[in-house]
This record gives sequence, structure tokens and C-alpha cells, in this order.
Amino acid sequence: MHKLEALPALRPSASVRPLKDDKLRAPSPLTRIVLSGLVLGYLGLVLLGPLSALLVEIAEIGFGVALSKLVDTTALLALKNSILLLLITMVVNGVVGALGGIVLVRHRFPGRALVSALCDLPLAVSPVMIGLSFLLLIGKGGVLSPLLEAINIKLVFTFWGLVLGTLFVTLPYSIREVSYVLEELGTDEEEAATTLGASPWQTFWKVTLPNIRIALGYGVLMAMARSLGEFGAVLVLGGSISGQTQTATTFIHDSIEERNLDAAYGMSLLLAVFSSGLLFILERLKKRQAKTQKRAHGPSKQTA
Amino acid sequence: MKPVGFALLPGPGELWVRRGIVSYIGLLVLVPFSVLVFVAFQDGLGAFWERITSDVALSAVGLTLWTGLLVGVLNAFFGTLTAWVLFRYPLPLKPLVSAVVDLPLSIPTLVAGVMLSILYGPASLLGQKFSALGIDIIFAKPGIILALLLVTLPFVVRAVEPVLEEVDPAEEEAAVVLGASPWRAFRTVYFPAIYPAVISGSLRSLGRAMGEFGSIVIVAGNIPQETLTAPVYIFGEIESGHPATAASVGSLLLFIALALHGIARIAEKRVGGRHAQA
Amino acid sequence: MSIRVEHLRKRFGSFQAVDDVSFEVESGSLVALLGPSGSGKSTILRILAGLESPDSGSVWFDGEEATHVHARSRAIGFVFQHYALFRHLTVAENVGFGLLVRNVDPKTRAERTEQLLELVGLGGLGGRYPSQLSGGQRQRVALARALAPEPRLLLLDEPFGAVDAKVREELRQWLRRLHDEVGVTSIFVTHDQDEAFSVSDRVLIINHGKLEQSGTPAEILDEPRTEFVARFVGDVNVFTAQMDKGIAKVGALQTPAQSGPSDGQVQLVVRSYDLKFFREDPGVATVERVVPLGDRVRVHATLDGAGSLVAQFPRRSSLLRGIEAGARIQVEVTYARTYPLESGRNSAP
Repeated sequence: MHKLEALPALRPSASVRPLKDDKLRAPSPLTRIVLSGLVLGYLGLVLLGPLSALLVEIAEIGFGVALSKLVDTTALLALKNSILLLLITMVVNGVVGALGGIVLVRHRFPGRALVSALCDLPLAVSPVMIGLSFLLLIGKGGVLSPLLEAINIKLVFTFWGLVLGTLFVTLPYSIREVSYVLEELGTDEEEAATTLGASPWQTFWKVTLPNIRIALGYGVLMAMARSLGEFGAVLVLGGSISGQTQTATTFIHDSIEERNLDAAYGMSLLLAVFSSGLLFILERLKKRQAKTQKRAHGPSKQTA
Repeated sequence: MKPVGFALLPGPGELWVRRGIVSYIGLLVLVPFSVLVFVAFQDGLGAFWERITSDVALSAVGLTLWTGLLVGVLNAFFGTLTAWVLFRYPLPLKPLVSAVVDLPLSIPTLVAGVMLSILYGPASLLGQKFSALGIDIIFAKPGIILALLLVTLPFVVRAVEPVLEEVDPAEEEAAVVLGASPWRAFRTVYFPAIYPAVISGSLRSLGRAMGEFGSIVIVAGNIPQETLTAPVYIFGEIESGHPATAASVGSLLLFIALALHGIARIAEKRVGGRHAQA
Repeated sequence: MSIRVEHLRKRFGSFQAVDDVSFEVESGSLVALLGPSGSGKSTILRILAGLESPDSGSVWFDGEEATHVHARSRAIGFVFQHYALFRHLTVAENVGFGLLVRNVDPKTRAERTEQLLELVGLGGLGGRYPSQLSGGQRQRVALARALAPEPRLLLLDEPFGAVDAKVREELRQWLRRLHDEVGVTSIFVTHDQDEAFSVSDRVLIINHGKLEQSGTPAEILDEPRTEFVARFVGDVNVFTAQMDKGIAKVGALQTPAQSGPSDGQVQLVVRSYDLKFFREDPGVATVERVVPLGDRVRVHATLDGAGSLVAQFPRRSSLLRGIEAGARIQVEVTYARTYPLESGRNSAP
């Protein structure tokens, strides 16, 4: 048993200096203004300045003039390619994201860690290298080219080359988002569904999918934004053949090379507007996700 | 101790789903990269070494590495600062600023390059002002750095922000009550919490910077041994029919990327550990 | 439904979660699996549910082997510790889920859902979402959901762990009444001895993955078979004592003891309410502190040559007369049990 007398007496000691008043106050307004100014200045220099410059430049040319340059067969075909790629990305990554997330988080099998790491790899390497790798595999003189020639399939410098490159670079987005949420969710609800008699597919449709749908949507939209902006891989794999394998981004590149700046700016504007739209939806989804997570975790501590 | 793998307790259907997913990822990622490494080394280690140590290749890889490292460091500083200001200070139009930070995630990097060349290009007002001072931005190294900063802008901010929000404000209050200055409170309470996120975010920006192509093609001018970065060099070698050289430099970049990726994963695990404790 | 479990074993990595556990549960009874956290009791429950498969051993439902029957085909109801309500479904949809996946027609489903919500006292709340309910209400939705498909067996994992003390007491009594009304065989896991003893017909005490003792609450309280059980189910004093012809000697104290070895060194376990104190000089002990605890009083004393001793008395007990800090007392042990020294030495709760 502790005896109170045994405790060392608490006496103000000379080594503890009394506090100065200002140390208890919030950071001075000066600090705040300097730091905020620094951040805004940096954002202006790197991002906002260039963004406004693009808008001002196009305003000078005239928005109508810039966009009218896009009413042209090559531009429209490039746009068509980009839109098709966008849709393919959406569908494939929707399916792969949901099922891949479940396989990687819920299943246990040898090689799972490797597959999971492979999933992240496209984020860590240059799209040019992704294009190059496919070129060496299925391009002219590539490892698989004798096989492909024998069955008369041409992938590189065709639309399917664009598809391959795009699917590669967009692979991680939806799987990562879904995996993260699945890990947070835990298996309780799925187990509950099973004990209530639901089959694995019933559990998937009625319990798992509703819980991951926001994350899946977020991941798929990120993938779509990436597919729209992808340049290196589609340039290498598609070759940017005007009217055939040109996409919106390679169109901009080629237009700049040909000094056709109005068309380049017009397409840039279109892409910037579209990706800002995507970003807007992404921000909304992020807020919703945060809200549902709060709803799921927050009030569970409260009682009747 | 919690067992997983229940929701889709592998019945025949689920096994097929798993096989499908594993082969999709394997075919899409593993096979092409294996071929890349195979081609790089098929003429022997000596040939590989020769290709990556040519003057142009060396300077391209060197340029990519040092600009990447610089961008990683700058991001660590400005990214943390941005996250802190967004987290802590009232800012005019804060939701807008916060959304703008994410813009580089969705905007095509090629378009980012176009924007920069309009603002800082030799024909622009700003560009002329700078070149009067003897500083070239576009078609020079500053342009490369600006482009890399633009495309990697969100990485550190987005890594740090959620961690800041999870720190218990009571910890900071405790520090202040114990007599810590605001700077001291930041250092003892917030910094230990966020530094793994800062490292992971800035490694990710380094990785991204080393692979960046779209914006660089527009702003760098791609002058060999001057402003030619490794990805652009690889692209050039593909175009001019030297796939083995491209594959060799590509493999080198792949190894560096894998190493960085590994380090970032470890840093992320440490962040995750803190989350678990909270 | 009657349940028989034989030689169940389950290992997670190097951790033996369940170690050769066998028991039977009578049809229609309410049984508690009681043990400290990490004792393996939840794993046993999950094996019964089919959420976990045992490394060896078997599970029998009504005389039929069910060890390898899939969880969805076992017709059991499972109530999860943190409810595991489907957050995107309403209360009514949650309760009706088990009927929906069995393709019960919508009309019957709606009727049964409404009935069950009435039964658990949540009539009219069917349209709400789980996030709009309190912890106690969620717990009852989870129960209604588990009962909806008319399970043969109801399993509850720490059913009242996540609600506060007052609500917990209400829910316990309510669970008992519900069980008597519905009559379904039920097994629940708890680490709270009060909960186990106040609600269940039988209690199974689990420690380190092993079944220590099973019996009615009275049997376990009166005749704890191991030192672990004795320590776990009561507020006890444990001494190392010397036995001599049925008399245990601890310091200055001597007392006859039931059970256990009759010679040599033993663990002597005396519950705090099996002691009587009388003021007496010289006596055998000194009172250190007297702590009033609502309807009871706890007295801390030091037994000469044996260390501290804790006893409890009713607040107004005549035994408390003259008992105050510093007083010398005589100690009488009304009931004590002894156990072999090595048993469960490291298993204090």
C-alpha cells in the first residue's frame, strides 16, 4: 500500500520557468499571413498561373474560334478514340476493381502479395516504359510477334494497342480504392449475410457491392481521368497515326509540332474542362465517402 | 486473428473469378515488364552496361534523377506547408483552393505542359522578362522542374492531410498548456505523426517525376545532354529503332522505381501503424 | 436443437486458440461460454456457426455431423459483437434479409419482419437506418435479424459488450425472457461472470482454449473445480498453505478445507464472503482499511505471517462491529477449497 507521505513533495522548482503570456496565444497573425501567402504564391506560380494563362490565351483567340478548330475530321476521330478508350476503361476497371479488390483483400492464396504489388507498379513507372514493354512483347520483332502474325492479329499501331496501353496505366486506381475500403469494412457484414443464408453471389450483390460502390465509383473516375490524359503509352503503342490511332492528347502534341496552336489550345481547353468536371464529381464522392464512414463509425459508441 | 476470405469462400465460381483476376494482372503487368528486362539483358551484362553508360544516356538518367530528387524535396516542404495551411488557417475560398490542389490528378499532363509553355514560354510576357534577366524557363531546366512540380503537386498534400486530421487536438492543447510555443507544439505533436506520410508522399512524387513524359515533351525542348530526360530519351531510342537501348535504360529506371516503391510501402506501413494506434 | 462438440482443436499460426474441447448442450437451453479475453471462447462460437473450420474434432447438431456443413446451410442465427448490421439497408430490410435470400414471398416477409420488430420492442422503427439507432436498439435489431429465418440455434458473441452498464442489465433480463418465449437453443459468449450467471442455465468456463468446468451457475460457484475457476468466478484470497490432516495452515490462521490434497503444500482459496472477522486481541490479523461499497463493505486486513486478506460483509452486518483501521481481529473461515500447487498458477484472471 502506498503511503502518501512517501511521495516526493511537489514544490515549485527554480528549474521550471514561468510561462510568458504570448506562448499561450494562437500563432501570431503575421505567421498566418506569411505562411498562407507562401502557399498561395506557390500554388499561383506552379498551378494557378499556368491555368489562367491557358484560359487567357484562349480567350484572346476566342473560345469559339479555338473550339471550332476541333470540328474537323482528324480532331473528331481523335476525340472519338479518346471517348471509346474512356468507356472501355470505365467498364473494364469497374469489373476488375470490384472483383480484384475482393480477390486481393478477402482471398488467401500463394502469390497474393506479388499480384498486389504488380497492381501498384503502373503508378511507379513511366508510361513510355509501359508502351515500350508492350512493343517488345507484341510489336514488330517482339517476342510474341510470330504467334500474332500466324493468327493474323495486329495490335500495335491499331486501336487495340491504345486499349492495352490505357488498361495498363489505369489498372491500379479502382483496385486500390476498393481494397482500401474493403479492409476498413472488415468481414462482419459479409459473415452476417452468410449466417443468414445468403450465397456468395447474394452476399456480393446485396452486401459487399453497396458498401464499396462509392469507392469503386471514385476509383473508376480516377482511371477515366487518367485514360483521358494518358499520352506516353498511347503515343508509343498507337503511333499517333492521324485519323486512326490519334487520341485527344496525341492530337495536341501533333498540333503543337505542326504549329497549329489554335487547335492544340482548343483541345487542351476541352480536356481541361472535362477533367475539371471529373474532378468536381470526385470531390463530391470523396465527401460522401467521408460522411458514410463517419456514420458507420461515429455513433456506434453511443448508447440507448 | 480475424480470418478473412469468407465472403467469397472459394467455391468453384469464386475460384474462376480469382484465376481471371490473377491472369489479367499477370498478363497486363508482369509479362510485358519481364520482356523489357529480358531484352535489356539478352546481349549480356556488358552490352547492358555499355548502353546505360553512353554519354547521352548517362546525362539523361542523371538529369531525371536530380530533378526528381529536387522535386521530391520541394514537395516535402511545400506540400506539408500547403496541407498545414489548408488544415489550420482560415483561407479565402478554401474549398476552391483545396479542390485546385487535386486538379493535377485529373488534368492531362500534356495539357499541364501546354499551360506552362503559354505562361513562361519565350513568346510570353513573363518569359521575356525572365530572359531579359538571362533566365530561360521553357526549353530549359527550370521548365522541367516547374512541370514536375505541377504534376506532383497533390502527392504530399494528400498524404499529409488525413494524418493531420487524425491527430487528437488535445495533444496539441496539452503541449501548449505545458508551455510549448506554437512551433514547438507542431514539432512535438504533429511532426512525428506526419513525417512518414511526408516521406511516402515525396517518394511518390519522386517516382512520378522520374516517369513523367507528357509535360516534359512540351516544355523541355529535349536537347541531348542538356534538357533530355530519361523517359524522353527512351522514347527517342524507340523512334529511332534502338529497342535494346530503350529497354536497357527502361530497366534501369524500373529497378530504381521498384526500390522507391518498396521504400514508400514501408513508410506507408508506418503511417498505417499510427492509424491503428489512434 | 441439441449440440455435441467432440475434441475440437483450432490453431492460428503458433497460437492454440481451442485445445481439445468437448461438451454437450441440451435442446432449448441457454448456455454461456465464459472466459477471459483471448481464451478461445469466440473461436468455439465461430466454429459452431461454420465461420471457422476446426483443425480437428467434430460438431454434431441433433445427432447429425455438421462439422463440414457450410455456414449458410446450418440454419443458425448469429449475433455479432458489433452488431454487423447492413449499414445501407433499413432496419426492416436488415431483419428481412434472411427471408429475402431464401426467396420468401414479400407479403410473408413483411409480416414476419413486423412481428419480430414488435417482439424486440422496435415496432414502427422499420424505416430507419442502423446509424439512426442507439447501441441498445441496434443490438435488438441484430437479434431480430438473427431470429427471422427461425434458426435452430442462436449464437451470440459478447452480445452486450458494446452497450453501457445500465442498458446491459436491461438487455440481459430481456434476453432471458426472450429465450423463454421463443425457446430456441442459445449459446452466448461473455467475459463477464455476472452476465453468465444471471442469464444462463449452464455455464462453460474456457481458459487457454481448454474447457475448465461446465455446470449450472450454482455448481460452479459452490464447487469450482480448478483454482482458475475459483479465482475467475469470485473475489477471492489465494494463499500457499501447508496441509496437515485436512487442516490448512497459513501464517497464524488454521482452517479445515474441503476438496484437494490432504497433505503437503497446497493453494488455499477463500472467497471474500466466506470469512468472518471478530474484534479480539491478540487475534491473528490487523485491519488496514474499511471501504464502504454501496450495499457492501470491503475490509482489507493483514494476516500475521501471510500478507493481505480481503473480506466482504453486508453494509449493516453485526460482524462489522468494532472493525476499524488498526484493530486486531480473529478470523474465521466458513468455507475454503484447496487445489494442487501447480494447477493454473499463471492463470489468474
